[in-house]
Amino acid sequence: MRTVSIRVERLSKKWKNFSIPDVSLRVANDEYFVIVGPTGAGKTLLLELIAGFHKPDSGKIWINDVDVTAFPPERRGIGFVPQEYMLFPHMTVAENVEFGLKMHNIQQSERKKNVKEVLEFMELSSIRDRLPMTLSGGEEQKTALARALIIKPKILLLDEPLSALDVNTQKKMQNELKKLHEELKITTVHVTHNQVEALILADRLAVIKDGTIIQTGSPEQVFHKPKDDFVARFVGFENLFEGKILENHGGVARIDIGGVTVEAVTEKVENCVVGVRPDDIIVSKRSFRSSIRNTLKGKLIDFVDMGSLVSLTVNVDTASFVALITKRSFLEMKLKKGSGVYLSFKASAVHVI
Amino acid sequence: MKEGWLRERSPFIIASAIFGFLMLVFILLPIINTVALSVDKLGSALMSFEARDAIFMSFYAAFLATLFTFIFGVPLAYTLARYDFPGKSIIDASIDLPILIPHDAAGIALLLLFGPRTMIGTGFSSIGINFVDTLFGIVLAMAFVSSPFMIRSAEDAFKAINPDVEKVARSLGASNFKAFLHVTFPLAFRGILTGCLLTWARSISEFGAVIILASVPRTAPVYLYDVFGNQGLGAAVAITALLIITAVVIFVIIKLVTAKPLKPVY
Repeated sequence: MRTVSIRVERLSKKWKNFSIPDVSLRVANDEYFVIVGPTGAGKTLLLELIAGFHKPDSGKIWINDVDVTAFPPERRGIGFVPQEYMLFPHMTVAENVEFGLKMHNIQQSERKKNVKEVLEFMELSSIRDRLPMTLSGGEEQKTALARALIIKPKILLLDEPLSALDVNTQKKMQNELKKLHEELKITTVHVTHNQVEALILADRLAVIKDGTIIQTGSPEQVFHKPKDDFVARFVGFENLFEGKILENHGGVARIDIGGVTVEAVTEKVENCVVGVRPDDIIVSKRSFRSSIRNTLKGKLIDFVDMGSLVSLTVNVDTASFVALITKRSFLEMKLKKGSGVYLSFKASAVHVI
Repeated sequence: MKEGWLRERSPFIIASAIFGFLMLVFILLPIINTVALSVDKLGSALMSFEARDAIFMSFYAAFLATLFTFIFGVPLAYTLARYDFPGKSIIDASIDLPILIPHDAAGIALLLLFGPRTMIGTGFSSIGINFVDTLFGIVLAMAFVSSPFMIRSAEDAFKAINPDVEKVARSLGASNFKAFLHVTFPLAFRGILTGCLLTWARSISEFGAVIILASVPRTAPVYLYDVFGNQGLGAAVAITALLIITAVVIFVIIKLVTAKPLKPVY
């Protein structure tokens, strides 16, 4: 077991409309820990309690074995990236990054050297003199990360770091975050409402609802064995398989999931967990080849009428898939138990963990 | 739609245009008329020692009043913008009271508190500060009536800044005060500067409260009142024009400050 970096013990806080009744959690050293939950679950409040922006009503917080419960934020050794990044609009990229060093009374020559290094590391040197209002979302995020990291924080706290970005940039920055964590090995707490983000980035994650942590564990544990209905519905991944990567050609991998081979977009080359959301699967009676990369033939084992949607259980070899289709297409296809069906989904809809 | 709104000749539009035009004339005509009547006398009015002293006194006292409201008003504005506490709505409402109270009544209220033979007045008197017929009295009256402008401008400026920006500063090692100094204040600077100019301008134009507390040394509006009372309308025209022109110049400066970003912010 790695050493504990953040320990939260029976924390409670009421603030505005949010309330955290009683939260305990541990984040191991170097761990990428994701707190995931729907809007209004108290994720940000929990993060800001760890950061020290609120005083808890009761409970204690340790960072690297120091009780910081009574410490103001500036003495906790945290790096903090809030929602929308909150760059200082009146300072350039370089000045934003330099700010923390100034606040720590670092000498100017030392500051210049550090800033240059961090800007180069984050590939921000070319935009060092730009003002935040002229930056793209990705550049803003990198600047915010650089600004937080330059003071060499003990822990990094990220509040919805990807939600302000467009989808393409989101994917790119997801990888950046992962790479950054692998290189710097800094204990990270990342708050998000996005399950996919949690799945891809987390070493471990906590699902939170109404200020209470419902389940903590590795993504595999949480997505495979959701503790209750809420977690199951919230994570929304009923199709999870142990996968073995057969080959990887320039980021498109062929993965064996128990006798069935699927194609996925990933850089991975070893064993993995593969997830497909039930609503990303198209169900048809005839095979149709198109830009869709994965078409699997299976047998309808069971279905559940959920009103306007029907949830199908389809066996493909030994793998069992769940797919969601509309009631209308269910009736149009005249499906019944035992029908042969084709499942199709894009390679990009296959999430590799 | 903006374009061609006059072409749509509905009676309502035409009536609006006429009424609006009359309103504009009502505001501008007295000002233009006064300045026009006094063009040839402006120079001699400026030459008069008394007029110059009075205008200088107004500027100087208004500057001190602005400084006073800046020192005490900006922290109040910040508190109101950032924190919730019991009784906040009452405090919030009371800030505007100086605008609503008739200004001579405000002067009398101040006199009842700071005048001679009052507890506070005697206290200040013992350290050499008297408020009746002194610069201190003028500053006190000006600060009282114009404080809402400073507080509201600063409060709006602070409210426009996302508190998360301060949180980041704190996480980077800034104390409360340093975060305010390096982040919040620079971002609110334009709003606060506007507040200072408005407070200064409002202080210069104050008459009612000032004359109750201090009829001497004479500020410009008090001097004008004296000239009008002792020498009549004709003698008052030039100094009136001078005050109007001063106000217009300050107004233009305020417009420039508020309209043109000093730095691209947000």
